[in-house]
Amino acid sequence: MDNNFENIVEDIKPIEVQQVKRPKLQFQRFTRLNRVLHILMIVSFISLALTGMTLKFSYTGWAVILSHLLGGFESAGYIHRFFALVMVSIFVTHIIDLTKMKKRENKSWIKLIFDPGSMMFNKKDLKDILGTLKWFIGVGERPEYGRWTYWEKFDYFAVFWGIFVIGSTGITLWFPELLTRILPGWAINVATIIHSDEALLATGFIFTVHFFNTHLRPEKFPMDIVIFSGRIPLEEFKIDRPTEYKELVEKGELENYLVEPYPQIVIRAIKVFGWIALSMGFSIIVWIIYAMIFAYR
Amino acid sequence: MREYFEILEEKNVIKFLFNIWRFSFFYMMLAFSASAYAQDNSDCLGCHEDKTLKGTKNGKEISVYVDSKKLAASVHAGNKCIDCHVDLKNSDFPHKENVDRAKCTNCHKEENQDYAISLHGTSAAKGDKLAPVCQTCHGSHEILPVKNPKSAVAPLNIPYVCGSCHREGSPVQVQRHIPQSNILENYTESIHGEALLKKGLVVVATCASCHTPHRVLPHTDPRSSISRKNIAATCTQCHAGIENVHRKIIRGELWEKEANVLPACVDCHQPHKIRNVYYEQGMADQDCLRCHSKPNLKSASGKSMFVDYSKLAGSMHQKVACSQCHTQVNPSHLRPCEGITDTVDCTACHAEIGDEYKSSIHGQLYAKNNSNAPFCTDCHGSHHVLGKKDPKSPTFAINVPYLCAKCHREGQKAAVRYTGTEHNIVEKYTESIHGKGLLKSGMTITATCADCHTAHHELPHTDPASSVNRKNVSSTCGQCHYGIQEQFDKSVHSPLVTKTDKELPSCNDCHTAHTIRRTDQDTFKLTIMNQCGRCHAEIAKTYFDTYHGKVSQLGYTKTAKCYDCHGAHDILKVTDPNSHLSYQNVVKTCQKCHAGANRQFAGYFTHATHHDPNKYPWLYWTFAGMTALLIGTFLLAGIHTLLWLPRSIKYRKELKEKLSHNNEEEIE
Repeated sequence: MDNNFENIVEDIKPIEVQQVKRPKLQFQRFTRLNRVLHILMIVSFISLALTGMTLKFSYTGWAVILSHLLGGFESAGYIHRFFALVMVSIFVTHIIDLTKMKKRENKSWIKLIFDPGSMMFNKKDLKDILGTLKWFIGVGERPEYGRWTYWEKFDYFAVFWGIFVIGSTGITLWFPELLTRILPGWAINVATIIHSDEALLATGFIFTVHFFNTHLRPEKFPMDIVIFSGRIPLEEFKIDRPTEYKELVEKGELENYLVEPYPQIVIRAIKVFGWIALSMGFSIIVWIIYAMIFAYR
Repeated sequence: MREYFEILEEKNVIKFLFNIWRFSFFYMMLAFSASAYAQDNSDCLGCHEDKTLKGTKNGKEISVYVDSKKLAASVHAGNKCIDCHVDLKNSDFPHKENVDRAKCTNCHKEENQDYAISLHGTSAAKGDKLAPVCQTCHGSHEILPVKNPKSAVAPLNIPYVCGSCHREGSPVQVQRHIPQSNILENYTESIHGEALLKKGLVVVATCASCHTPHRVLPHTDPRSSISRKNIAATCTQCHAGIENVHRKIIRGELWEKEANVLPACVDCHQPHKIRNVYYEQGMADQDCLRCHSKPNLKSASGKSMFVDYSKLAGSMHQKVACSQCHTQVNPSHLRPCEGITDTVDCTACHAEIGDEYKSSIHGQLYAKNNSNAPFCTDCHGSHHVLGKKDPKSPTFAINVPYLCAKCHREGQKAAVRYTGTEHNIVEKYTESIHGKGLLKSGMTITATCADCHTAHHELPHTDPASSVNRKNVSSTCGQCHYGIQEQFDKSVHSPLVTKTDKELPSCNDCHTAHTIRRTDQDTFKLTIMNQCGRCHAEIAKTYFDTYHGKVSQLGYTKTAKCYDCHGAHDILKVTDPNSHLSYQNVVKTCQKCHAGANRQFAGYFTHATHHDPNKYPWLYWTFAGMTALLIGTFLLAGIHTLLWLPRSIKYRKELKEKLSHNNEEEIE
């Protein structure tokens, strides 16, 4: 496997690999905490998807095998709940991190949220969407994206939505005896449908659209490790996020974000992890498609 | 007058003259004295009371003394001497020598008729000197009423009277053909003899009770009271109602109707030795074994006719004689068995079992001469029949599966004929809970083949009379699983409760016929859902759409299965207050697993589907909304991605160029 994947890497010659050969300073896009959170997110998301899907697609042979590999439905249930807690913790940690950022930057919540560099949608995103569509059909130049592109923002808020929808229904399903003191019995049935279909949406979206947007689109193919390393070659950054680059240069803050690249061994470890995550994601997609098309009932 | 005719006939001149003298003497006496003509007993006793009076008979001098006291005490006290000694009536005095034997027949006509056709009578008529006449048994002048214990023919004396001729070593026993020996000794030891002679029970059967007093005939004579045909009637004179005790064998009317088929009393209760010992003469086991104990004895067809008597002696039939089963033996043949044409008919004794067998599929096939059909001996063996409680018996519980397997194992003669769906039944049974219990744990009370299919009344399940017919299965299983049957009979699945054209499930539909498993095993728990689903298709499908069903589908048993909520054997309509799912009970049912369950919790739809907008609108519209969200999101994202892909391929090249250009700039 390792050789194969090396070959693929060699064949495709990803751009950043060439760059690493020359030890140049790189631009740091993500803080260490955010990177750790994202890795944890990947682990918990895949774990939740695998354990959850065994139930959702219990009528497929795959589900039966997987469920037994996971140590049975009870064990799968414990894994599911554990990673649900991990994911909620990630979410909470992120919120805490935001409040720290607020303190550090000493801004009001409104200002923080509606800062041009924040994750919140703004006018530029609308412009970027139109510009991107024009660029797609070949009637315009590539828009000069800022700190966050609109698809990144969409993914970010999708997590908020997902955490809320799946989390709340999940708690209902976790403690049905307790929740039915308030809710009627059929609410459990409704919660099951929402939980399950929202999860289907999330996994389906992450393992196809998100994977394409960040890793599979030809310019980043086969994967963009920036979320793990946090570093992007400066040259690439200039081209990819021209607006942000210009702003930083104008403010004279660019130097603050320049760091030494990671040694090759770390990069390799990151790639191994990335490949595992990618292949698991794809496997789940294959399984979902199989279950939906060939075994649906 | 008689004398006159004799004159005419004999034409003897001397006698003629003598009779003229007698005539004249007769008329002279008539005129002389009226009393002389009366011939009173006193006239006779005048001479015969003399103890020294002697007469001659057939040239021998005999005492002709008559004890007047005994005569006066006898039953004939009121009779005149000449009533019996008829030949002396109106006889001259002194009367003739060689007086005829006293004649009983004038009064005892019926007895005489019987005597005349009896063995005694016919022998006497032929001049057999050993043949008894009236006086031989009854005596002469001293005859007493039968009820008088001193009578020669009083019950207590009968054995001695008969025994005087029929005792061992007597001329009659030695010189005449009497098929029995030791008659008197045997009788004395018999239950009758013992009662009579030791206990003084005078109503008990004596010789005369069975052989009749006067009509004694050989048992080969159909008129005889002891012929095969009549013996039952003879015995029932005293043993009235014995057919009730012997019902299994004789079934009342058959005993007399089919006396040739059924055993007669004496077959079991040997004459004279009325004990459980068999008829010995010519048909005793020893007689059979004279030939059949030879190991190399073969029939004409080459079949071994050897009988291992030691095995027979150790069998259930150790007290049954050969000829009780081989009933066609006839002691009048030199080889009593030479008349045998039929196989042993066990039903003579085992009548009820025989009837069962005849109506079973085995018996039906046997009646059609099907060579594959098993007969009694195929399962029970022949001479070595052991009881089903004997571990060596092929019908001992643990051996039954192997016994039936002889024909019903796959590939064997019964299995080959079989066209149904039950295959490899022996192997399946061995692995079933019953088979394991029986064969591995040695539980002899476990159900064997015979417990469900019955031992003698096996029928295909399609037959309404079969123990394994759908209709009867629950009561068959209920023989052992009593409480279960009771529950089942009250449930919706019982034909007693639900009247429907559809087929209702029976025990075997869920538990199978031969593969019956422990119900606490996962394999059983998981298959049972499919069993319910065979009829309850829709509801089973929707069950699999909920958590319980999904987990079960993954192969885990720790969630609720059909029977956890609905009950197993006691399934009732939900509307029935006793149902596990009735309003009163449903929360309790949920609490079996969900300790904290409450009324609202019980409102969870365990058979929910999101495909039915009328029944489950909330589920339907939730699902519709979620699907719309899913499709909408993927549609937008999909279009975005598809548009991006070709552009991105181009951009990859542009980017490469730009980057290398930038690098060059930097190097410069």
